[in-house]
Amino acid sequence: MPRLVSHPDEVKIVTRRFGMGATDINKYVELGGYQALAKCLAQGPEWTINEMKASNLRGRGGAGFPTGLKWSFVPKQSPKPKYVLVNGDESEPGTCKDHLIFLHDPHAVIEGTMIAGLAIGAKVGFIYLRGEYRYLLEIMERAVADAYAKGILGKNILGSDFEFNVITQTGAGAYEVGEESALMESLEGKRGVPRIKPPFPAVVGLYGGPTVINNAETIATVPHVISMGAAEYAAVGTERNGGTRLFGLSGHVERPGVYELPMGYNLKKMIYEVGGGIRGGRKLKAVVPGGSSTPVLLPEEIENLGMDFDQVGKAGSMLGSGGVVVIDDQTCIVEFALRTISFYQHESCGWCIPCREGTDWLKKSLTRFHAGFGTEKDIDNIRYIAENMMGRTFCPLGDAAAMPTLGFVKKFRKEFEDHLNGKPCPFAKHVELAVV
Amino acid sequence: MSAETMSIFSPQLAARFDALVEKYPVKRSALIPMMLYAQDEIGYLSDAAIAEIAERLSLTQLDVRNVASYYSMLRFKPAGKFNVQVCTNISCMLRGAYEVFERFQEELGVGHKGVTKDGVFSLEEVECIGACCWAPAIQVNYDFHDELTPDHVPGIIAGYRGQANGRGGR
Ligand SMILES: Cc1cc2nc3c(=O)[nH]c(=O)nc-3n(C[C@H](O)[C@H](O)[C@H](O)COP(=O)(O)O)c2cc1C
Ligand code: SF4
Ligand code: FES
Repeated sequence: MPRLVSHPDEVKIVTRRFGMGATDINKYVELGGYQALAKCLAQGPEWTINEMKASNLRGRGGAGFPTGLKWSFVPKQSPKPKYVLVNGDESEPGTCKDHLIFLHDPHAVIEGTMIAGLAIGAKVGFIYLRGEYRYLLEIMERAVADAYAKGILGKNILGSDFEFNVITQTGAGAYEVGEESALMESLEGKRGVPRIKPPFPAVVGLYGGPTVINNAETIATVPHVISMGAAEYAAVGTERNGGTRLFGLSGHVERPGVYELPMGYNLKKMIYEVGGGIRGGRKLKAVVPGGSSTPVLLPEEIENLGMDFDQVGKAGSMLGSGGVVVIDDQTCIVEFALRTISFYQHESCGWCIPCREGTDWLKKSLTRFHAGFGTEKDIDNIRYIAENMMGRTFCPLGDAAAMPTLGFVKKFRKEFEDHLNGKPCPFAKHVELAVV
Repeated sequence: MSAETMSIFSPQLAARFDALVEKYPVKRSALIPMMLYAQDEIGYLSDAAIAEIAERLSLTQLDVRNVASYYSMLRFKPAGKFNVQVCTNISCMLRGAYEVFERFQEELGVGHKGVTKDGVFSLEEVECIGACCWAPAIQVNYDFHDELTPDHVPGIIAGYRGQANGRGGR
């Protein structure tokens, strides 16, 4: 069972009810639940969208798009039904924060979905979890059933004329299904391959209707934004980055776990104070700041780095899904790069050539390289392949594979060179990886 | 529909399927959940299961197979009663996932994608299962086990073996 951790620097907004039994609807209500929904019902859709805009909440799924703005793109009138789609696919390696939300606060997801539905004029919301999260689906299903039983879902919600229904389901194992258009395909009972854009989902989405797609953490944050008030929420974070973020701290730290920290929190402090430093008193070698697709950072790059979308972007990486992976000085970067690219090769949907062939070539090159059969030319080749994938694939998975690879090769060229010409890897124990 | 009386699935699951089809705005949306639940009950997507699902959703069997083959959790051959999936992705790798995987290989006597002779266990090395902060983590069917060391492995195996020997199970 996932262990809950805590640290005095945490600002508990989204995690406020974690570990308090809020899976029980009565407890959730006792702790202030469904009051944000009541507030939005009283104030109306336009007020709700404006609050979301003013909160500076940006999507927690990876790209950091402003949530209020996204909601405002949905046309007011539509001949087709509109939908809210909650993305709980959570498959980016290093990321496990939504896991805890479903486990500890399922009603926050339902309430957030309802508020999004009210704001855009949808009557149905889908909550889609990755297939591996079956035990979490059961928790969500119970929460949904309880909400119906209490008259919170269904018709005439809280005495208003608002009607809303929630449908829950899981996927069946595919990282690509986390991409929003592939997610819609999957929900429609098809292979999870992406759709061409435009049209964007806000206009033509699920079943052809306008659809708002948000990450589960984004949605679970919504009721808190409404309850606190947008201004107060925005004040917690940095400029253009409202509020807090659930950071998943994993790898070689003493105290891994999911911590809720204000946007802009210093990364070095996160590793050394919140995470308790590097395991076994070792030295820090590198950090992957936002899930496996985000380019690696060196110790000297995190000195003054505040963890928000803009600052991490300026430092040449991305805040992504907030999964901070800490790597100590006993780790082989070539092996780490290989394990990363193996994932993208495995998960490429195969639709477009630069991604399908590119990830395959990268994996092959890195495997040979790591086994000690690489040449100087291979280093440039790896870089060349990755550079040529960038921006040339049908969906962002191609970039997600190329970006970290480029980072490893550029920042650790020396370590790649140390593996040249039959030299054994100075660190690794596992030359062959079984996942193909 | 006729499938209800002739269903290859248990009456409970058949009833669940009837409800699933009603739940979505478009019937076909029930496909992935139906395949998962069918697999949970009979261990894999058999020809008969595919035929019945196709009929229930008015799809061709080819269509069902085509979708099923996309998703890594769906299979056309039986796995062990308990399918052990060891995550070796980055966060788990950094905290000793390969040692855990190797210990499973030793204890079960099978490798990646192998099934034990008695059919009780199968073993797989898998991609991230969303438990990175509690690494290394594994999944046995739908149960998570986390913060593992190789020494936890025999106990985990013994626990499931006990279930397989009549004390509960799937
Ligand atoms: C390959 C790929 C995988 C993705 N996986 C996820 C995911 O697992 N969860 C998620 O919320 N967003 C994921 N995204 C981002 C979604 O496409 C989308 O931007 C996000 O769900 C929007 O929600 P937000 O605005 O609340 O961040 C993924 C994107 C790509 C390209
Ligand atoms: S980049 Fe192309 S091959 Fe890769 S996942 Fe996206 S669509 Fe599929
Ligand atoms: S890396 Fe193993 S669970 Fe995410």
